[in-house]
Amino acid sequence: MRMLLRRLGVYAFTAWVTITVNFILPHLMPGDPIQQLIAKLTGRVTPEEIRAIKEQFGAGLDQPLYLQYLHYWGHLLQGQLGTSISLSAPVAQVLGSQIWWTIGLIGIAAVLSFVIGTFLGVVFGWTRGSRFDSVIPLATFLQSVPYYFLGTILIMAFAVHFHFFPLQNAYDQYLSPGFNTTYIWSLFRHSQLPILSIVLSSLAGWMLGMRNMMITTVAEDFVLMAVAKGLPRRRVIFHAARNAILPSVANFALAIGLLVSGSLLVEQIFNYPGVGNLLVQAVGNEDYPLLQGIFLLITFTVLGANFLADLLYYLLDPRTRTATAH
Amino acid sequence: MKSIQIPRSPKVLIGFGILLVFIVLTVIGPWVAPYNPSSSAFIPNLKPSWQHWLGTTTLGQDVMSQLLVGCRATMVVGFIAGFVATILSIVVGLAAGYVGGRTDEGLSLLSNVFLAIPGLPLLIVINSYLPSGEQANPLVVGLVIALTGWAWGARVLRAQTMSLRDRDFVEAARIIGESRSRIMFSEIGPNLLPILASSLLFTILYSVGVYTTLAFLGLTNVATWNWGTMLYWAQSNNAALANEWWWVGPPGIAIALVGTSLALINFGIDEFINPRLRAGGLSARRRRQLGVARRPRLGFTPVQRITTYPEISTIPVTSAEGIAQ
Repeated sequence: MRMLLRRLGVYAFTAWVTITVNFILPHLMPGDPIQQLIAKLTGRVTPEEIRAIKEQFGAGLDQPLYLQYLHYWGHLLQGQLGTSISLSAPVAQVLGSQIWWTIGLIGIAAVLSFVIGTFLGVVFGWTRGSRFDSVIPLATFLQSVPYYFLGTILIMAFAVHFHFFPLQNAYDQYLSPGFNTTYIWSLFRHSQLPILSIVLSSLAGWMLGMRNMMITTVAEDFVLMAVAKGLPRRRVIFHAARNAILPSVANFALAIGLLVSGSLLVEQIFNYPGVGNLLVQAVGNEDYPLLQGIFLLITFTVLGANFLADLLYYLLDPRTRTATAH
Repeated sequence: MKSIQIPRSPKVLIGFGILLVFIVLTVIGPWVAPYNPSSSAFIPNLKPSWQHWLGTTTLGQDVMSQLLVGCRATMVVGFIAGFVATILSIVVGLAAGYVGGRTDEGLSLLSNVFLAIPGLPLLIVINSYLPSGEQANPLVVGLVIALTGWAWGARVLRAQTMSLRDRDFVEAARIIGESRSRIMFSEIGPNLLPILASSLLFTILYSVGVYTTLAFLGLTNVATWNWGTMLYWAQSNNAALANEWWWVGPPGIAIALVGTSLALINFGIDEFINPRLRAGGLSARRRRQLGVARRPRLGFTPVQRITTYPEISTIPVTSAEGIAQ
């Protein structure tokens, strides 16, 4: 339990750092980007909107920095993330409508690639030295292929050339969203290729890591013992795999961050709605309130996923539990 | 100190070979490029031919020239970011692991924070606040990438330093009164080299990936050439839908090849650190020659029999393969 609380403390601290960085970055940057933004916007948007931006970033209000910081926190605690400049809507509302696309797509792809990659890693770790080893150079290459390139290739091959999958978007554009089979089927079909591209490019990492751990674990005495007891092979493999999986779970922190980063691109390539698409738009339009909101949202989601991984680790590894007894 | 030898398995050699080609291209790329990469004076959408080895784009630009010129920015940013991040991670990791106590807690917290914050979004936010002149400056972008990419290396180095800290040779150095910095950099440092090398490769890989990603999203200056901006123009001109494989393919494959070469070298280092992974690296024929079981038995690390012992000084302490040579 102590370990979990400690991790929770780290995440709380990280959350605080993220919020503070978000606040302080525009103030630190050379050339005062917020003033430039206001100068650019003057005349294009209503004076109220400019005042809202000034208030959010504390620009031109002649307040000391610590007061601006307190105001910033005050707004955040009330759930106010400011108003998007390009979309003229509250940032919280914009994000709320887009986040589910991203969570759905990346969540499913992450779980699929973890499960499939780990399973393959167990198999290849157990059979190392056999002809299955030839998969490794291929996996290494696949791992080095950037997401967006793999996505583009998949589109060219399976959507443009063979017409196996729809080209882009999250559903057929002539359909109106609703709870009916046509719409759901269209959603399902349109999600297949993006998910496939994410799984393909993140699979290798899980697989190679799990294979290495499996090779190391299989050499341990307890596995030899399990074989000597005459346990069926499937039980022995499961026994070894259960112990070898711990570093993979511990690495989830790193992996989920990379996965989220990479998946921002998938939305770009497949013209899929979601936070990644929104992020690129926000940068293009210099929509700083939206940009900040997205950054907070992504970081908090990743922190949440990390904490879930920690919980899983805690459940899987009895040592983390007995350590608290001392 | 025994000099550290680079493992000489085929994987590593191939990795070094590919990397060397790209390093040479980094140096000579812009000189050997046949045309100006930005010049749109050619017939658009040409397939690869003798005039245009990799064809031309929809905008009538020569793909080969873009690839050659773009190599430099991509590699330079990758290497700057990789080296700066690794230096950061050495300082933080060694200090945290060796000094321990409060210093360790503070530095570990710092690296945990940087690990938990997703790098690319942070990078995008920082980058978008930069004045637009700086967004094209490879040095600035490289430094920003380094700032977001050092934490993983620091964590690995810290763990290894902690495990080395209490070994006998470090204890001995402490007893004869060596200074703390000397113990850190001369006693513990060399033993961290394999892990350091592996972390450097990983960080370069990360940096190249992140830089091309930023460029692909159009977040660096799209008028300068690197492999990411090539893909940005390809994407914004719907090259994939027009099936222009000669435009989309080369930059993507080049990035993947650089990545593969770094990963292959890293494999060699992994096998160097963890002997159990080694036998897997031998070809079937080589394994038979060495007398290693095709599938090593459970519980045993395969060791081949050496019938005649070579002079001690000539034994290269690299891989199972190296000993027999």
